[in-house]
Amino acid sequence: MMPLRPSDRFGLLLALLALALAGLLAVHPRLSAEAGARRTAEAARLVAELGLTDLCLLPEARYTRHLSQADLFSAFQDHPGAMDHFPSGSFLAPPAGLWQAAP
Amino acid sequence: MIRLDHVTKVFNPGRPNEYAALHGVSLDIEAGKVTVLRGPSGSGKTTLLSLIGCMARPSSGRIFVEEREITSLPERFLADIRRRTFGFVFQSFNLVSGLSVLENVVLPAAPLGEPPAVVRRQARAILDRLRLGPKAAQSVELLSGGEKQRAAIARALINSPRLIIADEPTAQLDSELSLELMAIVGDLKAEGRTCLIASHDSLVFRHPVVDRVVAVRDGRIVEAGADVC
Amino acid sequence: MRWLARQRAFLDFTLLSLWRRKGKNAALILAYALVVFLVASVMFAVRALRTEAANVLAGTPELIVQRMLAGRHETVPESYVATVKAIRGVSRVTPRLWGYYFNRAAGATYTVMAPAGFAHGHGEIVVGPGVARTWLSPVDGQYLFRTVAGDSAGFVPVEALPEDTELVSGDLILMSGADFRRVFGLPEGFYTDLAVSVPNERELETVTEKIQRALPDTRPIQRRELLRTYAAVFDWRGGYVIVLLSGAGLAFFIFAWDRATGLSAEERREIGVLKALGWDTADVLSMKLWEGLTISLTAFLLGLIAAYVHVFLAGAGLFAQALKGWSVLAPRLDLTPAIDPTELLSLFFLTVAPYAVITLIPAWRAATTDPDAVMRG
Repeated sequence: MMPLRPSDRFGLLLALLALALAGLLAVHPRLSAEAGARRTAEAARLVAELGLTDLCLLPEARYTRHLSQADLFSAFQDHPGAMDHFPSGSFLAPPAGLWQAAP
Repeated sequence: MIRLDHVTKVFNPGRPNEYAALHGVSLDIEAGKVTVLRGPSGSGKTTLLSLIGCMARPSSGRIFVEEREITSLPERFLADIRRRTFGFVFQSFNLVSGLSVLENVVLPAAPLGEPPAVVRRQARAILDRLRLGPKAAQSVELLSGGEKQRAAIARALINSPRLIIADEPTAQLDSELSLELMAIVGDLKAEGRTCLIASHDSLVFRHPVVDRVVAVRDGRIVEAGADVC
Repeated sequence: MRWLARQRAFLDFTLLSLWRRKGKNAALILAYALVVFLVASVMFAVRALRTEAANVLAGTPELIVQRMLAGRHETVPESYVATVKAIRGVSRVTPRLWGYYFNRAAGATYTVMAPAGFAHGHGEIVVGPGVARTWLSPVDGQYLFRTVAGDSAGFVPVEALPEDTELVSGDLILMSGADFRRVFGLPEGFYTDLAVSVPNERELETVTEKIQRALPDTRPIQRRELLRTYAAVFDWRGGYVIVLLSGAGLAFFIFAWDRATGLSAEERREIGVLKALGWDTADVLSMKLWEGLTISLTAFLLGLIAAYVHVFLAGAGLFAQALKGWSVLAPRLDLTPAIDPTELLSLFFLTVAPYAVITLIPAWRAATTDPDAVMRG
């Protein structure tokens, strides 16, 4: 019996990796879909019930906690285009319109 | 089998280090014979071999391989002719280190796209014939000088070439191994293959298996005798 | 068939020759996979967050009306409710009471809200999952608030919001309207803002205009704008994660460039030998292309798998620090997988293709020279 060629072995490895990835991409979302849907539904119900407007992701300042409710200038207090001093501030795009208004 | 017609080769043309290695060489190499190019180092032997082996192009003149002019063929065709017609044995063996003997031997077969099982079977047969069978799986660094030379010959034979080109094949071998090499050359000749050897080793050009010795000096053929012993 | 057999033979050789320097190549693949992992992690997390935001916030009020005073939020007087309600197309106006409470002991700011139909009584609160985790000093089972009057008020947590809602309710404390006014000193007849229901989507624009005309000191925020905000949020190209990553990417690129372009004398000689043995330029380049693909494809797959596991199975632990920032309330990211094939594809082309190409360039130069140099080795 002939030993496996290097390309066979590599192909096998690549196939295994691709299979693992495909498994993750195709199977895991399906398996976790129920829990995810339940979570989303639950959160959406609370949003509708209480009239919530924002995600509780960055609670360090009022303009990051309630992004959509913030003053137009508050997230960029030094300058409309300035980076914020909170790490999260740098994730956020400045309010639409400010970029256009900037000279 | 090979015919050279007023072939010259100039290296670095037009530059200060311009150097003419061959001056209008005309030569016929007969099929099925063992031909030795004899001459001191720097005489142009190696240049001649690489021109014949389609590894470089002449500056002027024409080269015919089996009546086909190759001088102006594009590189693709040259490579194809090279691998189907010639088997090369280099002075410094040029085995690819880190690979096993068998893996080295099958290298010239890769571009042909033959089924790997067939190629490997052929390679094993050749290695067995050259008494390297037991070393097939060994890394080439671990071979002795004689074994390396035989591995290089095995690699030259994998595509069943009609012409074996060897450049100073005995340069790194002792007398005993050199004689052994010439015995292998004898076997190849007996199979009907053509051999072209460049050497200034008297053990080679005085060997009875040699049909013809061509003396080269300063890029010219000085004597193309039938036998110069 | 023959083409395939040739390519497989080249691949065989490539793998054998990569294997000779397995330590170095393994390190290269790992570094490469790390870059892919970081970029893919950001990509997965951002995509999942956006999708989650769109789904979760679909039920948010169509319109929020804030009052502005000297460029800042101001409380809305009750009279505004009737003005807005009188506008055609508005079905319901709910005045909202909410604000922020800073707890000195915990060092965290919480969102306090008094929903209209609060189901519990005076002195009772409902807390979000993050609050229960971080509020440091419940005394006798009570949460102590310092009111505007300077005294403290104790509240009994009677209910906890489900863990599943953490993404929107992490820092939420619900209490009755009366308690809210007492803690914050908000006078009766004033509200934080108004939530306005406009059932007919097409009337939203007109309603918004009418509100602004009737109440010029207000700023209406449409649900559409709000969702757009979240679509733009975590726009990772502008994010500092990418800035950090570009450093890593650059370092890797330099490393890869050096590795891929700096053909060693040995590699150069090998290419010469292969050419002398009958490989033509195209064969050598195929072989080198396989080398680049072997490394980049392996690294791509490894990095992507690791990123998926990191973001969707391990709660994106690496981002927690970045997301957390100054806040004590660490958000827990239980993300529902949402993957965009186009993004995966572009990541593939951005990582795999360049590497394969930079391995080719130097090989090309070495491969186009006449092989006879080998004869003089």
